[in-house]
Amino acid sequence: MTRKKRRLYMLGLALLGLGSATALTLTAFQDNIVFFYSPTQLQTQQVGDRSFRLGGLVEEGSVRKSTDGLVTEFRVTDTAHTIDVSYRGQLPDLFREGQGVVAEGKLTKGVFVAREVLAKHDENYMPPEVSEALKQAGVYKDANSAHPGAAPSGAPGTAQAATAK
Amino acid sequence: MSWGQSMHRFANPARFLRLSAALLPWSAGAAVILTIVGLYLSLFGSPPDYQQGETVRIMYIHVPAAWMSLFVYTNMAVAAGAGLVWKHPLADLFAKAAAPIGAGFTFVCLVTGSLWGAPMWGTWWVWDARLTSVLILFFLYLGYMALVNAFDDPQRGLRAGNVLLLVGIVNVPIIKFSVDWWNTLHQPASVVKMGGPSIDPTMLLPLLVMAGAFTAYFVAVVLLRLRAEITQRRIQTLRLSAAGEGAQG
Repeated sequence: MTRKKRRLYMLGLALLGLGSATALTLTAFQDNIVFFYSPTQLQTQQVGDRSFRLGGLVEEGSVRKSTDGLVTEFRVTDTAHTIDVSYRGQLPDLFREGQGVVAEGKLTKGVFVAREVLAKHDENYMPPEVSEALKQAGVYKDANSAHPGAAPSGAPGTAQAATAK
Repeated sequence: MSWGQSMHRFANPARFLRLSAALLPWSAGAAVILTIVGLYLSLFGSPPDYQQGETVRIMYIHVPAAWMSLFVYTNMAVAAGAGLVWKHPLADLFAKAAAPIGAGFTFVCLVTGSLWGAPMWGTWWVWDARLTSVLILFFLYLGYMALVNAFDDPQRGLRAGNVLLLVGIVNVPIIKFSVDWWNTLHQPASVVKMGGPSIDPTMLLPLLVMAGAFTAYFVAVVLLRLRAEITQRRIQTLRLSAAGEGAQG
């Protein structure tokens, strides 16, 4: 009996140690694990001229296509800060205003020149009729209340407060 | 001690064999019925999504597979802990029997996720925290299976495998909360989260039925595999004792 108890305690201790070690490691590498920076994080984050990913919502009414239709310009926002983006290439199906987006590229002269644009969808699933009804009831400003993940900046809360008026 | 242990070994598996024989047809039947109902609901009995259209139907395979990949691993790790602490032979064998099924679920989750990501996100794969941690889970399953079979003495293989399973358990909460802790391309949870599901009831129903189907499938196959493992052990023991008698006589 004592041996079993001892093994149980050993196991508990080992798991505790392993858990704490993992937690510390993940906290230490916090900056390397995030998939993208939000516009607000970019205000403090030193990126220089290296390539990185920018994530946020495509601002309403900001999408403009060039005359040849190849270059798309839009603004990415987390409601607190906004960054101009220029992208040459094909956009994913889900790309639309008010929708979450993750773009990879470099910041040149204040404009984010994207090499790749990925659409991000949110955790809400509903039939089109329900979204219509919600829109008519004024719950959603747009057909979507997408917010760019759980950004530690607290942007999601503000984003949702802004959409749910 | 060895006598007591061998009695222990035979007493419980015998009861398990009786119990599993009774459970097996029920779980297999439930798996078949729930799969038929679930597939009908997911393909015909549910609406398209307001953003994703018909593509959303990939969810009804992807999400249950992802749940099962975590559920099976957690069960295996608990069994591994019981196997190490209480030396319960069935616990060791359960982990071994469940591993390929869990690996299969994880593989299905990764493949369907990739097929879903291509049209919706615009990419097959990204190295964000959620996708990467699930890939690590898949490698943990494969590593466990390789490790268990890497020893001449099966008992030592199972023990080494148990340790690996317990070390890998840290990955389970990382997978679940990766979408909350870090910025990821993958969206946060829709069903198991604070404030209730953010998925329409007409889409939640097929999802839950499919999850039931996957669970019933897992129970049926793991029982079947465990029975096979136990039978194999018995044959080995019988052979060894027959060889021992032959050498004596």
